[in-house]
Amino acid sequence: MSDAREAVERIYREEYGRIVASLVRRFGDIDIAEEAAAEALLVAVERWPADGVPPNPGGWLTTTAANRAIDKIRRESHRDAKHQAALMIENREGHQPVGVVEDDRLRLIFTCCHPALAPEARVAMTLRLLGGLTVAEIAQAFLVPETTMAQRITRAKKKIKDAHIPYRVPDAEDLTQRLSAVLAVVYLVFNEGYLASSGDAPIREDLTAEAIRLGRILRALLPDDPEVAGLLALMLLTESRRTTRVAGGELVPLHEQDRGGWDRALIAEGHAIVRECLALNRPGQYQLLAAVNAVHTDAPTASDTDWEQIATLYSQLYAVAPSPVVALNRAVAVAELDGAEVALAEVDRLPLTTYHAWHATRANLLRRLGRSSDARAAYDAAIEATDNEAERAYLTRRRDQLGG
Amino acid sequence: MSQYLLAVNHTPEGIAAMKAMSPEEMQAVFDATGKVNDRMQAEGVWVFAGGLMTHDATTTVDNTGAEPIITDGPFAESKEYLGGFWIIEVPDLDAALKWAAEGSKACANPVQVRPFQEEPGA
Repeated sequence: MSDAREAVERIYREEYGRIVASLVRRFGDIDIAEEAAAEALLVAVERWPADGVPPNPGGWLTTTAANRAIDKIRRESHRDAKHQAALMIENREGHQPVGVVEDDRLRLIFTCCHPALAPEARVAMTLRLLGGLTVAEIAQAFLVPETTMAQRITRAKKKIKDAHIPYRVPDAEDLTQRLSAVLAVVYLVFNEGYLASSGDAPIREDLTAEAIRLGRILRALLPDDPEVAGLLALMLLTESRRTTRVAGGELVPLHEQDRGGWDRALIAEGHAIVRECLALNRPGQYQLLAAVNAVHTDAPTASDTDWEQIATLYSQLYAVAPSPVVALNRAVAVAELDGAEVALAEVDRLPLTTYHAWHATRANLLRRLGRSSDARAAYDAAIEATDNEAERAYLTRRRDQLGG
Repeated sequence: MSQYLLAVNHTPEGIAAMKAMSPEEMQAVFDATGKVNDRMQAEGVWVFAGGLMTHDATTTVDNTGAEPIITDGPFAESKEYLGGFWIIEVPDLDAALKWAAEGSKACANPVQVRPFQEEPGA
């Protein structure tokens, strides 16, 4: 019985975004959609273990949920607020403005990532409505109390309704900018999973897996956009190294990772997408980051790394997205090409004194230059600046290995 | 269709910047704002618009008690106050944001977009 229930819930979670997005388009109301989807789950839990899983479980759940929603709206149609929704059932088709691409989930993700919502609300809404995560799961992932997360989501839903944030793919004029907000949300979910900013688990697989799933959906919906492809490739190539990234509770830096443990299937998929992007020749920040990761995952050993190419890619990235973090990453490549002294001079110019990776990079360069006491201070600062336990463990060991 | 208030709030710094403008610069802002009004009317989204006198011309009437109390100015000094506004009627927030972007450029001020409450039974 509990196996059957688990199977139902797995399918439900897989299909949740599709079901809710379809209901939101049809009824124009997120709450109605979510309630109806939850009711459909209850019906499925009751029936599927006895009757078997229907051939098209997603379609079955959507139809069941839609029928529940219609019943509910009819029951309540004497109430003013619901009257309009009832009208929508009769009179829905033909009223939707036609966007560039038509897909219910795509519409909904643009709603969830609308710039009129606060960034943390965009992430929460995307995970809730497209990812099918529960409020409790999202709260846990971002280490905030469940009531806080519930309020954040309620407030976002109210704003969508009150301010009439539309359920549609933005028109061509706005698409690039809006899409970059969507990609930023997906990448944020991935990064929070890949290097949890705090908490006990250094890597949260649930979040990296969810981000990749959203990335795949976006790629299927917008196959011609090179940045959508670039983001998926970037996540796949980063994910390919996940299992080698922490050992014995300690973060393992790229050059010390066991490359035999990297996931070759993810690497092959990521490389294929990077090659497609190169052929399109419309570079952007996610594609360039993906290309950097392609170079790393291409090297059989750390010493085979083509640092020349990595430095070039970071220079190109800096031209597109000039940020001190990009300059810091470029300096790491420069250290391999021109030596630690040259790199340290570049690093010291960057305004990143509150960023743990800046201190960690400095510490490493100072260590290589034999400046042990400066290195020790830099390791201390890096340890101070991060809450990730695995990273602290690694930095502490490196610090304690410094000679006099 | 939904109605939105596009509010142009003035701050002391904003007022100072406006006072520092030359008459020609001022005129350019007025002209640009007028053109946005014209386009809103031509596209049928314009409901109403207006610029307000500065807040020292404000009088507060409070008739929540036994009898109306009339006082000079707002009770609380706020850092910003309404300087002018548009009311537009458009399909959704995205359309309102586009007009707000045009309005902001024209009047050289940030614009706050606020939906009106739905009329009951609308």
